[in-house]
Amino acid sequence: MNFSYTIFILIIPIATFLLLGFFYNRIKPAVSGWIGVTALSVVAGLSYYTAYQYFFNVGKIDGKFQTFFGFQANWMNFTENLRIDMGILLDPISIMMLVVVSTISLMAHIYSRGYMKGDRGYTKFFAFLSLFTFAMMGLVVATNLFQIYIFWELVGVSSYLLIGFYYEKPSAVAAAKKAFIVTRFADLGFLIGILLMGYYGGSFDFMELNNPEGPAIMNWASTSFMGLSVITWALILMFVGGAGKSAMLPFHIWLPDAMEGPTPVSALIHAATMVVAGVYLVARMFPMFHFVEDGFALHVVAWVGAISSLFAAFIALTQKDIKRVLAFSTMSQIGYMMLALGVSKYDGHEGLGYMASMWHLFTHAMFKALLFLGAGSVIHAVHSNYLKDMGGLRKYMPITNITFLIAALSISGFPLTAGFFSKDEILVAAFEHNKAIYFITLFVAGLTAFYMFRLYFGIFWGKKKEYEHTPHESPWSMTIPLLFLAFMSIATGYLPFSEWVTADHKALHGHIGLFSNLGVIHWDMAGIAITAGLLGIAIAWFFYKKPTDYPAKVSAAFGRLYKWAFNKFYFDEVYLFVTKQIIFKRISTPFAWFDKKVVDGTMDGIGNTTVSLSKVIKGTQSGRIQDYAFAFAGGVFVLVLIVIYMI
Amino acid sequence: MRNEIILLVLILALLIFEIFTKPNQKKHIINIAVGLFFIHTVIGFFPIGESSLFGGSFRTTGLIHFYKSVLNIGVLIILLQSADWLRNKVAHFNKIPEFFILLFSSLLGMNFMISSGDFLLFYLGLELSTLPLVALIAYDSFNQQSTEAGIKLILSAALASAISLFGIGMLYATGGSLYFEVIAQNLQSSNLAILGMVFFFSGLAFKISLAPFHFWTADVYEGAPIGIASYLSVISKGAAIFILMAILFSVLPILSEAWKLVVYILAITTMFTGNLFAIRQKNMKRYLAYSSIAQAGFMMMGIINAEELGVATVVYFVLVYVFSNLGAFGVVQAISSQTGKENMDDYTGLYRTNPKLALILLLSLFSLAGIPPLAGFFGKFFLYTAAASKGYYLLVFLAVVNVTISLYYYLLPVRVMFLRKSDDAIPYFKSKLMMRAGLVIAVLGIFVLGLYSPLYNYIVELSAGVL
Repeated sequence: MNFSYTIFILIIPIATFLLLGFFYNRIKPAVSGWIGVTALSVVAGLSYYTAYQYFFNVGKIDGKFQTFFGFQANWMNFTENLRIDMGILLDPISIMMLVVVSTISLMAHIYSRGYMKGDRGYTKFFAFLSLFTFAMMGLVVATNLFQIYIFWELVGVSSYLLIGFYYEKPSAVAAAKKAFIVTRFADLGFLIGILLMGYYGGSFDFMELNNPEGPAIMNWASTSFMGLSVITWALILMFVGGAGKSAMLPFHIWLPDAMEGPTPVSALIHAATMVVAGVYLVARMFPMFHFVEDGFALHVVAWVGAISSLFAAFIALTQKDIKRVLAFSTMSQIGYMMLALGVSKYDGHEGLGYMASMWHLFTHAMFKALLFLGAGSVIHAVHSNYLKDMGGLRKYMPITNITFLIAALSISGFPLTAGFFSKDEILVAAFEHNKAIYFITLFVAGLTAFYMFRLYFGIFWGKKKEYEHTPHESPWSMTIPLLFLAFMSIATGYLPFSEWVTADHKALHGHIGLFSNLGVIHWDMAGIAITAGLLGIAIAWFFYKKPTDYPAKVSAAFGRLYKWAFNKFYFDEVYLFVTKQIIFKRISTPFAWFDKKVVDGTMDGIGNTTVSLSKVIKGTQSGRIQDYAFAFAGGVFVLVLIVIYMI
Repeated sequence: MRNEIILLVLILALLIFEIFTKPNQKKHIINIAVGLFFIHTVIGFFPIGESSLFGGSFRTTGLIHFYKSVLNIGVLIILLQSADWLRNKVAHFNKIPEFFILLFSSLLGMNFMISSGDFLLFYLGLELSTLPLVALIAYDSFNQQSTEAGIKLILSAALASAISLFGIGMLYATGGSLYFEVIAQNLQSSNLAILGMVFFFSGLAFKISLAPFHFWTADVYEGAPIGIASYLSVISKGAAIFILMAILFSVLPILSEAWKLVVYILAITTMFTGNLFAIRQKNMKRYLAYSSIAQAGFMMMGIINAEELGVATVVYFVLVYVFSNLGAFGVVQAISSQTGKENMDDYTGLYRTNPKLALILLLSLFSLAGIPPLAGFFGKFFLYTAAASKGYYLLVFLAVVNVTISLYYYLLPVRVMFLRKSDDAIPYFKSKLMMRAGLVIAVLGIFVLGLYSPLYNYIVELSAGVL
């Protein structure tokens, strides 16, 4: 099978971006929307075809999924053994990601035709969406660390552009900047990790690095630093980069603010695709994470994931802006994926966590995109992001109501929805390998159901509001993606994932894959999870279906804890303190002061006196030049002292 | 010697032209001079054998020849970008030939400097490259700022070359000769030799604008015509880096422990100074001045490697830097010669009115910032590897921190141009053919160097065996 046509999956979006970007003032908005949707439909078609060919026809040889290259070119040689390639790598996870990215991107494109209608930057918006799609596709098919880093940065840039899309809003510009700077700091770790990996692992190539019998894995113990193998440090640093993109603690602060971007962007980038890049990175490097130093780095991943998941769920309970609730819920669910990878092993059934993580990534993309698009539909109707401005909307917006309900059930793990199956596999994997994490996961499952139904009842039931303009259902361009994603939020649970996407590329024995011939439902595990979910839903029902004063009483009872959670545990304030008080005040301000007073001030001072004393000499600069000379001579003097006395 | 002879003939031809033309015809010299220099650049691409003249005081090798080609390409881009300004903004047509004669003389000086095999020719080249520049900086003689900048440079440069000469004297005293080869054999490590090395080094550090020898940079760039500011920032800096590297690596290897320490200190001070000062700048020329200081700090990471790998990475970085910086300066030049505006705030909403210029500036700044897959990213990346391979991890870490800081201010103009709108944005204008050619070459360079790897491999081959 020749997969060389997959290059078009990359070429079409970038061509669309260039077309729309260069001629953005010559193409009519309506046309540009169609161009974007058509191009993405082709990309999605190609991705589906690739997935079909791979999983059903040619991928499996001797019971094991093989790796194919759609395209590969040598790009740059560093040294004799260290080289950088550019290519398209096709294996179960990259093909799965192609399907996720193209599906969600297509839905976001269709939805945006309605949602962004009349916006002045309509064409520019579609251009940026295409750029993002290109970058994300390039990221998932990367064959080596370098390629993934390049597209990683490009994804960051396009995310920056899209968050700051409403550039008239200062808060949007600030949010874009924050997202860029925070992830950039995390990427610093990633880059150093890549460098270390290149030096000590001897390669950037995924196939070479991840070969369990290859030199990079076999020789991990050869160099160590502060008690850990250098390779482990490299992996941890790379995970720091992943944690930045995936909004894990303590880099999560950009995600809620990123909700300033248009809602389709939140659905595409900040719910389904870009934010799971960190999970994908760990999955991509999984053999290294697993084999090097008995999976030390993997423990870090597991605990960061578990704590982030719990932490975000607590905050989501208290937020009042519906998009922010969804943002923290995303962070919490990504924590799930991380912890599932973290508890996983490599071979056979031991690799259950890996499979569960990838499956949850897949189903989460569907229902979380649906939740965001549904929230967008609601915001479109009531012109507000705040829960207090909503209520009783089920009568006005029947389609949004039903689809939102399906997504909420799915994320809560309601039986027979997609989220139920994938979440259950995570719970089983956690139960088998780490009991403490299992209990956190279970608790978070209950919290998730509760805050999600708090949202659902708050928007669609609850108090009857008097609206100034009667809200009405959104146009078809917006409801069709909702209906499609609602279908996917159930249907993706019935895919035989455990046969397709596993750590060692061999089929394993799943627990609840109904239509997989390997599957049996373990009702004991499932029962506990279902109970936790239903309990959460029931409490939300009790609190929020009709207006009551229970929520106020409960939050009053928890007092300080509630306040802490509402203020996101003051993480932003801590960062703000560090940057404002320490970095700006202690470092930058003296510097600015030095520049202003010493360089400008004294020079001007000297200059001004000279001018006033004698108008013959045009003084400012004569004053300065002496000082420059002084600095010069001083510099030489200090250098001489240092060099002579230190050597 | 071919390169120098052609350049000298060019200068003489322009002098004769200057004498025999009427004032109102002097404008034609622009096309002639640019055309001739283009031919000179093309001839420069033809390889030339290794040779040594005047008893070893003038040397040519493949690498030195490559250096000269890099400088030629840079000067050609600068000429193309300055043509429009010369044609329309210069008050006296009489002065147009001067511009080319002085610029070429300065370039000739640099060629001698990087070909030099002894300190005497080195010093002559250094002075020949500096003095015409002073006249060029003060070229806009009705502009007070321009004149002041000229005075500033000549005073500072005099100090720098005096100290440098003093250093050369000490090296002569300890090494017993002015010839590089003899010094390399005879020199013993002594305090006097180290003192000589530091003095000599600081003279070149002045040219490269390493902190704390950088104070002149921002003032001079601001006052000078933009073409000359870009010449100072890429050509002058590039030539000084090349010869500094050659002398440190092959003449003073015995003092390597001492000069590595100097390089280490200056790399850190320069990166931080350049980056932290750049944040506050409002004037684009000052802004690019501090940016170029910071970039020079990064180059020091390659020098500290002290082996062939260091040479190759620095040369590659300089080449990338020539294109990226000239792309940025070119846009500033285009806007300034059309509207006279040079402040960052004037660029508000530029993307809406002049999208192509805004994109070129974006690409150049991203390349300077080192965002992949543009050439600047690889330039920086190779420098990291050069320093890291010798165990200077702290330096690499500080450099990465600095890259992060620099990203902030490289995004400032981008934000202004793309994300803000303004009612009095610079209106649409169409640049002249030469200006467009100058910008296109710069942008092509940024892409080609980033995407086409054989160039880097070629530089690695050239630098093999130079030590």
